[in-house]
This record gives sequence, structure tokens and C-alpha cells, in this order.
Amino acid sequence: MTIPILSARNIEKSFGQMRAMQGASFDIHKGEVVALIGDNGAGKSTLTKILSGVLAPDSGEIYVDGKLVSFGSPLDARSHGIETVYQDLSLALDLNAVQNLYLGREIAAPGVLGRLGFLDKSRMRINAQESFSRLGVRVPDIRAAVANFSGGQRQGIAVARALMWAKRVVFMDEPTAALGVAQTRNVLELIRRVRDTGVSVVLISHSMPDVLAVSDRVTVLRHGRRVATYTTSAITSDDLVGAMTGALEPEGAAA
Amino acid sequence: MQHDTPPPAPFLRKLLDSPELMIFGSLILIIVIFMIMAPAAFLSGINLRNMAIEASMMMILAVGMTYVIVTSGIDLSVGAVLVFSSVVSVITMRATGSDAAWVPVLGLVVSLLSGAAWGLINGILIARARLTPLIVTLATMGVALGLARLLTGGIDLTGVPRSIVNSIGIGRIGGIPVIVLIACIFAIIGGVVLHMTRFGLYTYAIGSNEQGARRAGVKLQRHLIIVYVISGLCAGLAGYLTLARFSSTTISGHSMDNLKAITAVVLGGASLFGGIGSMYGTAAGVFIPVVLASGLIIVGLPSFWQEVAVGMVLLAAVLLDQYRRRSRSS
Repeated sequence: MTIPILSARNIEKSFGQMRAMQGASFDIHKGEVVALIGDNGAGKSTLTKILSGVLAPDSGEIYVDGKLVSFGSPLDARSHGIETVYQDLSLALDLNAVQNLYLGREIAAPGVLGRLGFLDKSRMRINAQESFSRLGVRVPDIRAAVANFSGGQRQGIAVARALMWAKRVVFMDEPTAALGVAQTRNVLELIRRVRDTGVSVVLISHSMPDVLAVSDRVTVLRHGRRVATYTTSAITSDDLVGAMTGALEPEGAAA
Repeated sequence: MQHDTPPPAPFLRKLLDSPELMIFGSLILIIVIFMIMAPAAFLSGINLRNMAIEASMMMILAVGMTYVIVTSGIDLSVGAVLVFSSVVSVITMRATGSDAAWVPVLGLVVSLLSGAAWGLINGILIARARLTPLIVTLATMGVALGLARLLTGGIDLTGVPRSIVNSIGIGRIGGIPVIVLIACIFAIIGGVVLHMTRFGLYTYAIGSNEQGARRAGVKLQRHLIIVYVISGLCAGLAGYLTLARFSSTTISGHSMDNLKAITAVVLGGASLFGGIGSMYGTAAGVFIPVVLASGLIIVGLPSFWQEVAVGMVLLAAVLLDQYRRRSRSS
């Protein structure tokens, strides 16, 4: 077995009396789509936040390419090529698509001007347009504030931002929750294309059809623990629901 | 990846997206009306100079206020900080007991440092302690003004070095008052930084989506603190300029400055919800009350109409912002 591109071991995290993570583990390999599922309160979003640097775990280890790391902030995770598409998309609605794509990673203007904080707007615009068209994300007006766009278009921009910078792993938190049928198909297609470029995707989803359609493996969380990991081709929707609710006690559970 | 049709971009939408265009149009309209009604008086050198100086003093406060409002904050303390800074500046300059050329420079430095210190206090309480800007700056407004009155016993201080009054207060370069030149340079720098640099971009990003900006790597607390320090610095500079203009402190003359500065910024198209605003809009917003006040007197109407008119235009601006937000697709 190859070394996972990102893995977590025995993650513990409590919020006051609530133990959100009770020794959870997680693995994802290069070029793999892993669905992360579980009932409400199972710890999906807490684990995602810990692995993307938003929250620090109380204990437990995170490994990138087999090396122990610790994420003090989302920037640390990003410096390891780990990006997140947040459920709320995390876009600055008053800024345009290019500014959102580059927020926090702007290209400085050349020379002294750059050191004074001036930006190379035209280069960012050209690069952004190139990224959007490569990813098949349509932006109606590259200079208009994102606030003017529809939910699906904003989603496209948020996804494009994560994919543009991710070198290892993209976390996608319920990326299809707010989308219609055609848009959902587009997002799933995008996930496959990303995987084909060698970047791994963690898909957090409540939608069993989406999970079965696009993932290579499925990790099931319950009560802050990993209770099972399946190869997607070998399971049914009923198996997953059984594992999530605890009706089915799987054998050979990975945790 | 989307197949839905793009939202239409009719003329109304464009106008709504650039409220500063509307405000510029209104300003020009007002100016044209007064020019037709009373060309000689309105366009006289002395009236133009007075309007420019009046607007300049307000513009300096409004530069800082624009940054603050774009982050979705507010700074009620600017007028009080202005007064406090001018008071400590005069006291320091008088304490030297000297007429040397470095005394006015010392006075400027003291005034700016005082403004920056109040801004730092505001910024730390807002960014670190997570208190609402409205309450924090309301409190520091009271403290700063109270301290200024304690330091002076409530009586305005004179003894501003004559050189400041001559060079800055009543000085002119090429016929243009020095105060106006200072305000122009200051506003241009403020505008360039806001609209063309990373710092300005982050200011908009914070006002649009604070959490999103933080996730994207913007150092939220540091940035907010700097923004309030900028606003404090502006008040410190304005305080020094009032000394130069009136050759004394003007303790009770600035109780409405905070609201006037906020009015100018909002008239200029900024949104109190943050994320929207521009320095050229603010410049137009600064001029509208000034032009109205002077023009109404010239055409023989009570200048109290200026307050009525500005209040109504302000309401219209806020309603427009509300409508703009609601007409967004979510």
C-alpha cells in the first residue's frame, strides 16, 4: 500500500462537554475521490475543519505524505496544497471573480510598485480567465461583483478557486446541496476532472447518489469515529445508510 | 459550468452599481443651479476658496471614515479625537517656550501621534475584544472630549505659533489655499491606496465577508486595527489644520464632525454594511453639504434648508443601498 497523501490518526476534539471527535482517523491517497459521510453530528465538518487548518485538534496526528505536520491556520494547510470549498462558499460578494480567485495570494506588480502593495491586475485577470476556461467554469462578467451572479455561478467560482491552488487535496463541503440537477452533474464532472489531474478530492455529502456516482472509496463517521471504509464499487446505498445509523455493524471496519 | 442565462445588465442596474455616478451628477446639478441663479457671487474667488477650505477640512476626516465604513465599521470618535489632538499639540508647543522652526513640526508629530493612539485604542477594542465599533467609538468620543476639556478647563487655548497660521492656515500657493492642497494630496493618496493596492483590496474583502477574508489569509485583526489607526491619524491631522486655520483650539466646534464625515461617505455611495464605497464618491459627498450651505445663503434662502436637503439626500442614498442589496440574486 502506498503512503496516503493525507492522513489523520486518533483525532480528538471537544467543544465544552461535547466530544465532537473521539479518536477519528482518515486516509486519502493520490488521485482518489473519498466521500466522507455520516449522520448529522457525526463529526464530518469538524474533521474537515481540522484537516483544513480551521480548527486545531485537542490531540491526534496529521500526516502529509507520511510526514507529521501541524496546521495552525488555513494558511498552513494551504501551503501543503490542501484547499477547501466551504459550504457557504466563502466568497467576498462585493469583489469580482478575479479578486476572489486571488484573495490572499495576489500577484504583486513588478518592481518598486509591487513592494508598495500595488497589484498586477491584468496578469491576474488573464490567468483567472485561463483557469476558468480550463475548468469549464463560466463567469458572465469578469469585472462585475460576484454578488450579481446566481448561486450556481458563485459555486463555480468557489470551486475554481480551490482547484486553481490545490496541489494535493481539495475538501468540498456539500458542494451540490444548493444546486439543481444539471448543475450537480457539472460539479460531479468537475470532481472527476480534478481527480484525473492527480489531485485528491474529499467529498462531504448527504447525497447518496452523488457519493456512489463519483467516489472511489467511502469513509463513514459515527459519533466522532471512523466506523467503516468501503470501496464504492462494492457497496449499495443501503449499506452506507446502515453504517451511518449503526443499524449495520460492518466487519473489518478500518478504525 | 453553468448553463443558466446571465442576469440582464440594464441601464438601471449599471446606475445602481455605481452610486457615485449619481452623486456626482447631483453635485454638478446643484452647482449649475447656483451658477445660473447667482453667477457672480457663487463663482467669486472668496466663495470658491471658502467652500474649498470647508470641504478640505471635512475631506481629511472622510478619507479615514471611508476606510472604516468599507470594513463595515463606524468611527464616532473622529471629532473628539480631532479636538484632543489639537489640545495636546498646542500644550506641547507652548511648553517648549520657543519660536524655533522645529516647534511646529513637533506640534504636528504630537497631533498625529495622539490621533494614531486613539485609533489604536479603538482598533484594539474592536478587533481584539470584538466589541461593536459603534459603542467603542462612542465611548472613546466621550473620553477624548472629556480629557480635552479637563486639560484646558473648557477654555480654548491660544498661542499657536504664528508661523503655522501664516504658512498653512492662511497660506496660499499659486492662489490655492495650502489647506486645500494638503487635503487634495491626502485624498489622492488615500484613494490610490484604497483602490489600487493589496491593503485596499483587503479592506473591501473584510467588509464583504469577514470570515471569508480570514480564511483566505487576510490578517483580520491587524488590518482592522490599522484601519482605525488611519482614521485616528486623519483626525490628528485635521486637528493640527484647525489650529493653523483658527490659531486656537476649537473645543466645542466639532461635535457634529463625526456625523458630517459619515454623511459624506454614505452620500458618496458607500454602504454601511461594508464592502462598497469609493474615495471619489466620498469627495463628491463632502462637497454636497458645503456647496448647498454656501449656495443657499447666496441666493437668499435660509441656510437651514441645507440641513433639510442633506438629510433627505442621505435618506435617499441609504434607501438606494438597501434596494441594491435586495435586488442581488440572494
